Amino acid sequence: MILLQVIVDGLLLGAVYALFSSGLTLIWGMMNFINFAHGEFVMLGMYVALLAVTWIGGGPVVFGLAAALGLFLLGVVIYFALIRAVMRGPMLAQILSTFGLALLLRYAAFWVFSPNFVTLPRSVLSGTLRLDGILLSVPRLAAGLAAAALTLGMHLLLTRTALGSRLLAVAEDRDAATLMGIRPDRMQAFAWGLAAASAGIAGALMAISFPFSPAVGETFALTAFVVVTLGGFGSVPGAMLAGLLVGLIQGLSAYWLGPVYKDVVVYGLFVALLWLRPQGLLGAA
Amino acid sequence: MKHMLAILAAAMLAAAGPARAADTIKLGALYPLTGNSAPAGQAAKAAIAVAVDIVNTAHPEFKGLPLADTAGLPNLGGAKIEVIDADHQGDPSVGQQQALRLITREHVAALLGTYQSSVALTATAVAERYGIPFVIGDSVAANITQRGFKWTFRVTPIAGDFAVSYVDFLTQMKRSGRKVDSIAVLNENTDYGTSIGGSIVEAAQKAGYQVMRIVYNAKSTDVSAQVLQLKDKNPDVAIFVGYTADEILYMKTLKELDYKPAMIIGDDAGFSDPSFIPAVGDISQGVLDRSAWDAGKPGSVTYRINEMYKARTGRDMDDTSGRWMQAFFVLADAINRAGSTDPAKIQKALRETDLKPAQLMMGYRGVKFDASGQNLLASTYLIQLQGKSYKAVWPEARATATLQWPMTGWK
Repeated sequence: MILLQVIVDGLLLGAVYALFSSGLTLIWGMMNFINFAHGEFVMLGMYVALLAVTWIGGGPVVFGLAAALGLFLLGVVIYFALIRAVMRGPMLAQILSTFGLALLLRYAAFWVFSPNFVTLPRSVLSGTLRLDGILLSVPRLAAGLAAAALTLGMHLLLTRTALGSRLLAVAEDRDAATLMGIRPDRMQAFAWGLAAASAGIAGALMAISFPFSPAVGETFALTAFVVVTLGGFGSVPGAMLAGLLVGLIQGLSAYWLGPVYKDVVVYGLFVALLWLRPQGLLGAA
Repeated sequence: MKHMLAILAAAMLAAAGPARAADTIKLGALYPLTGNSAPAGQAAKAAIAVAVDIVNTAHPEFKGLPLADTAGLPNLGGAKIEVIDADHQGDPSVGQQQALRLITREHVAALLGTYQSSVALTATAVAERYGIPFVIGDSVAANITQRGFKWTFRVTPIAGDFAVSYVDFLTQMKRSGRKVDSIAVLNENTDYGTSIGGSIVEAAQKAGYQVMRIVYNAKSTDVSAQVLQLKDKNPDVAIFVGYTADEILYMKTLKELDYKPAMIIGDDAGFSDPSFIPAVGDISQGVLDRSAWDAGKPGSVTYRINEMYKARTGRDMDDTSGRWMQAFFVLADAINRAGSTDPAKIQKALRETDLKPAQLMMGYRGVKFDASGQNLLASTYLIQLQGKSYKAVWPEARATATLQWPMTGWK
């Protein structure tokens, strides 16, 4: 019974990993660009949720939307203010620019929000469901399901809509897309907005059950990189599969081997998989 | 040329010599001002600022507290103390660099630190190499003072002292008819958690308790597997040794998975963090924490100190910050008795330290260092979260409230 509980908890957390990782993989798929500030987007999503709860009130839908919208705008602004310029520079400039951005966002958050850990008021969403001997925490259940639905939605948006086709067209061949009347700048700005929004909403979903401080982004950035690499760079379904897998492996190895070893197992499998299949689970070779 | 060298040498000698009357005395403090334990570091920094104020300006109302009634250090002609703050981010290698910087660039006379035991281990090694006194306020891993260092002095009680206190308390509970047979120890895996967790397991096993131990990585994103293990074994008492984010997450997960042992004892750090009560105080009613700090009755020295701290930060002082403040007072007293900022003289004065309980703001039995630099007279109380604050409940002689057993948690 406990095993089943561990599996369910692992998958629910994994679904949230998948959501914010899909944003990272989208940016890579669109423009071969690694965003080191992705973990900070998650952190900012948490704080936007907190501000929304404090100022507007309302439930998870309200602060989830607030986080998505706030981070979407931030993503667009960052694209026009920073990314567009450094894209023309050497590879190293691209890497260091988002690394610097990550530090800027983290320490700005320290300054604005203080380093104290905060949590959302429990009144927003709480409680536990009992299901046939399994205890499901309502906030985690809601976070997991919402994250899974949103990741799926993102996948459908990219594969089944005209907007998605335009995004993919820019990713495939920027010049050809321009000739077809697509504005690559707008599409790429939209991709940044979407990526940041996915991280922001994932942050808002996690903020319901996790205490957070400005330093929290670091942990999530690392997870996102593992998930994206494991799933295959640029693949949203890959990120989905790998996110669930990482959550599950963490839970099971913490249960069987002891919590100290869970990261060893995750990173061990990660390295082993890269050796066997460097393109990731669902990445193109 | 020779002439210039002589002038240069003279200038260097003057710079290295003892402080002249009414000079400022520079001390360095190493805190985690950013990173996961930043709240504790910031709280400690505020406590040190209050302590500096008490020493540097005349506060005759603090009766018995050394150096409070005069402005500055009387034996150094009223010299004021200046504390240079450094952020080590909870990272042992940053701590090492910061200690080096404070000693070689800022030329501090002595150092204070560090919260995380792992940082204390590296930073004290630098001080040892340069022959600069390092006074530890709150880092508790036993091995910090077991390396034969001559320049490290530790005011706080340590792992073994706490373990003995917890086991004494539990044995007393058992004698009074409460069911205490099995104990779970959950500790994070850096020097702090490993050292305290190990000491508790050892002391509890020696006293005949059935002990299970869970070791986890600090900064977890999910602790449900651990809580489920705990629920499966259902111990009578669970003792948590970890930092803020993890402990908040544990308390939330315990509630979500609906598991509550008869009693939870938190080993200071996470439970004493200023974020703990606002975040999970309402679902953690009755948890025990250790503390040698108690604000006491209105009008007392500790009450006034707490008022000064409150004026600066807007909240009550906690045990961790209190232990920092006490360490600062011990160091200031030693420098005053040394009558000099010469590190060797401060070291000698620290070795001769003999403060009585009435001269302290913490509830230690005194301050007197053994050959390893550990305070022989350090001790602790147990406090219990009742309502929105912790109340002293054990030992009974020190209690300001009645112990509630079992804890009520979120019910």
